[in-house]
Amino acid sequence: MPRLLYIPAAVGFALLVLPLVGLVARADWPRVPAAIVSAEALSALGLSLQTALSATALCLIVGVPLALVIARSGPRLAGLLRALTTLPLVMPPLVGGIALLYLLGRNGLVGGFLELTFGIHIPFTTAAVVIAQSFVALPFLVIAVEGALRTAGTGFETVAATLGAGRWTVFRRVTLPTILPGLLAGTVLCFARALGEFGATALFAGNAAGITRTMPLAIYTAFNGAGATQDSAIALSLLLVVVGIIILLLLRSWRTTPGM
Amino acid sequence: MAAALAVVSALTLSGCSSSVSGSTASTQPGELQGTLTIFAAASLTESFTELAAIFGSDHPDVTIAPISFDGSTTLATQIREGAPADIFAAADGATMRSVSDLLDGEAIPFASNSLQIAVQPGNPLNISELADLSAPGVQLVLCAPQVPCGATAQTLLDREKIVVTPASEELNVKAVLTKVQLGEADAGLVYVTDIAAAEAVEGINIPEADEAKSTYPLGILESSANPIVAEAFRDFVVSDRGQSVLSRYGFGRS
Repeated sequence: MPRLLYIPAAVGFALLVLPLVGLVARADWPRVPAAIVSAEALSALGLSLQTALSATALCLIVGVPLALVIARSGPRLAGLLRALTTLPLVMPPLVGGIALLYLLGRNGLVGGFLELTFGIHIPFTTAAVVIAQSFVALPFLVIAVEGALRTAGTGFETVAATLGAGRWTVFRRVTLPTILPGLLAGTVLCFARALGEFGATALFAGNAAGITRTMPLAIYTAFNGAGATQDSAIALSLLLVVVGIIILLLLRSWRTTPGM
Repeated sequence: MAAALAVVSALTLSGCSSSVSGSTASTQPGELQGTLTIFAAASLTESFTELAAIFGSDHPDVTIAPISFDGSTTLATQIREGAPADIFAAADGATMRSVSDLLDGEAIPFASNSLQIAVQPGNPLNISELADLSAPGVQLVLCAPQVPCGATAQTLLDREKIVVTPASEELNVKAVLTKVQLGEADAGLVYVTDIAAAEAVEGINIPEADEAKSTYPLGILESSANPIVAEAFRDFVVSDRGQSVLSRYGFGRS
């Protein structure tokens, strides 16, 4: 590559990494361990991991079939479906939160019906967190899986079918193994995005310790509620950064493991 | 981010106004001029919007940047991180004290406010007193104890020995109000003034509310680019005219 390009590359890298250096520099290190193992931090981290895992599971169940439908549709329908699926990616998550509230809230389109008929109330519950996280994370999974499906093509599937394999067998034995790297990448991205979700959660699920206060909301509360000292916000942010780095490194090692 | 937006809008606004005033009005010597940037507690949204409008029409050469209304502690954090404000009006003394080293002189109290229970129109759950908020099945939303409206609510609840389990703890009083207005929450504790200014919500008086009043202080920041205008605005807020605007929105004298 031309040597000159190293300069903008370095600027880009600095833009991404230096803010984290700022975070690390600002931390009051002697007090970080106490802040990280505080009951509030652990409760928020536990809730975050639990909801993000649930959201990822939900996304896998509905996202892989959705990706299949898009990948196997004609170009026009696929284009439309893809555009609608990726909409949450380009929308501010806050808009997603408002939309979810108007759909599933007590006076919402579906929420009102659920409340009256079954007494089910979604906002302010852990389920609302999972729904909000799924809303913002699902596109990442669908796009990754759809890309993998298109790259893999339908050649092997057709051959398997002509050799007498049923549709489920083809799906399990041919389709899924071929797209495995893309599927894993999509799953990890989806999980990471769910873990970091803030905007939709804040509006749709609220902010109650132990029930809906995930890490991002705990950080927001600590940062904006503390006034002069933001120690615990910084410590919680560091914790989330570390968790994020671990996830991304895991993704890297998966993808480079031979045979996967 | 709100701070960044405020800066951008302040810049664009002052840019516009200078070109306008340059071509039309001529400045009288001794007249106040320049831009005034106000950071004010969310509960001051309606009253300060009006106060700023009156002040602006009294002083045509003063440009008032779009006011940043947010939770007091959020604003305090932004000020500590260098947001360029001239005036900070907080919803309680504790929040103001967290930025006291950045103030030019002492903050002065200018209004007081007390809590009311916000319920949906018609009060479907028949909530009549503070103790009703702890009843099972009442979806209650409060301000987080870290922010002034939450601290005041906590003081009041503690004083009356009422234990509640809020469905959510919001970071400013308007967020609590919105949840009640949307019907997502059955009840919320907000300021009297918020209910007075809002639609689709009803207020239930709390007889004990006066025991936990919130006093609003106003401070001028040392880093103010325009302390003369800032002082004039402060004087206006505490003047009889300013106070009558505040009392019209339900605020008490400090």
